[in-house]
Amino acid sequence: MMSQLLSYLSLPLVHLILSLVVILAFLGVNGIVLIYVERKVAGFIQRRPGPYEVGPWGLLQPLADALKLLSKQLVTPMGADKILFWAAPILSFAPVVICFMPMPVSPMFTGMEMNLGLILILAFTSLNVLALCLAGWSSNNKYSLLGAARAVSQSVAYEIPLLITVLAIAFQTGSLNLSEIVASQTKGIWSWNIFVQPIAFIIYIIAVTAETNRAPFDLPEAESELTAGFHTEYAGMHFGLFFLAEYSYMIVVCAVATVLFLGGWHGPFLSGPFWFILKTYALILVLMWFRWTFPRVRFDQLLNICWKWLIPLSLINLVLTALLVKIVR
Amino acid sequence: MKIMTNYSNAIKGLLGLLKGLKITGVEFFKPQLTIHYPRKEVTNLATYRGHIDLVAKEDAPLEPKCIICGKCAEVCPSACISMEMHVKGEQSFASPAECRTITVGHGIEIPFSGLRLPPAEVIERELDSFNLDYNYCSLCGLCVQICPVGSLTFSKDSYLAGTARKNFEFDLLQRLRERSRRSSQTTTAQEKR
Repeated sequence: MMSQLLSYLSLPLVHLILSLVVILAFLGVNGIVLIYVERKVAGFIQRRPGPYEVGPWGLLQPLADALKLLSKQLVTPMGADKILFWAAPILSFAPVVICFMPMPVSPMFTGMEMNLGLILILAFTSLNVLALCLAGWSSNNKYSLLGAARAVSQSVAYEIPLLITVLAIAFQTGSLNLSEIVASQTKGIWSWNIFVQPIAFIIYIIAVTAETNRAPFDLPEAESELTAGFHTEYAGMHFGLFFLAEYSYMIVVCAVATVLFLGGWHGPFLSGPFWFILKTYALILVLMWFRWTFPRVRFDQLLNICWKWLIPLSLINLVLTALLVKIVR
Repeated sequence: MKIMTNYSNAIKGLLGLLKGLKITGVEFFKPQLTIHYPRKEVTNLATYRGHIDLVAKEDAPLEPKCIICGKCAEVCPSACISMEMHVKGEQSFASPAECRTITVGHGIEIPFSGLRLPPAEVIERELDSFNLDYNYCSLCGLCVQICPVGSLTFSKDSYLAGTARKNFEFDLLQRLRERSRRSSQTTTAQEKR
């Protein structure tokens, strides 16, 4: 009986469906936890308690928020493109699920071993921009449209340094398979890519902050200028899906950073999935720390940082890496 | 040369970012400043400016220092102070309802509670009630400033709340007497112990 069950589990299709289900459940829980953590971090940095009244230490606050969002009416604004308006939130959230498939949480827990895992993740995370663009366009609202325009130009700009730095890591490892990239960082802490390629790590973190539309680069939803940017017209669970997608992308990029730069599941002792999750959430905490520290940049500053600094720096980094790799081999 | 200053500026900027992170990072671990109101109350009310209150005479805790000159009622921009009084040995003669109006600027009429009264030495009088309509008070503090005998202060009643207009119409004289009675009761109770 048991062996039969195990043999079923080893079927590729069963494995695929099971991991998809696990990922979906994880993303839902992750969203709820991150909303709570974000608000607590904001509170502590401003010396407030954060959510406090609902449940012990306000633990039930995100659940109450989720219930509120679920029970609200879904309104389509007048003059909106109905199909696109409804499709955009779904299109924003759906690709994240696939991004988790090749993630090597540990040698045992990998959704799907893939040669091109890194490319898959980069391809599907950039789909989010399309969803934001659709949301802004179909809302028939000037703020949404401006937010969408900003989202597109920002994401297109920051995708370039992101890809180039990731490419440098791929050069160094000689593989796009995430498990192999982790396997190349096994020789103690000093073999982690954050110490081998510190510039790449800094560029990656900056680009990723912009890519996930988080402060100080949250121009697509700059609330003081654009009310809420691309999701101005969205209410209820439509908005909830955008929110969930934002936090899911956060965890995707932080997990990728863990794999690329922080040695994945390897730790100074007792290597295992525990280390992977710890590093990922530590990086997310750093992103939250950024959000409650830095004021929002202006749009020209945002693009200047990218085109004048990050792209040349990442190109230099790439060329140097290529040279060194050539010399060493 | 320009490129070099560009680079040094960029590095300075990055260090500035780190400084910012350090500040918020340190704040993160400091204790909270929020006071959870229904469970705890604020204690440092030394500078709190609540609604006005009458000050009692040092030797007679039931009597206010007020000499009933009417300056506070006159200066009040919201006309929320009015008082009833009587000449010593006579019946009550001024009522708070007797408010004239004056016209300012572009024909805007505002109520004017000008109680032009002769000084206290000429006609000796006693206060019957000192009415404050806190609904209209803007807490400007002019009455506290103008009072010649220092009979008005700001109260420290920071958790004042009510559900009706009537809750904010006070007779300050009555409040003063109740307060001093209560404090004398507590002091006598403490003495008994």
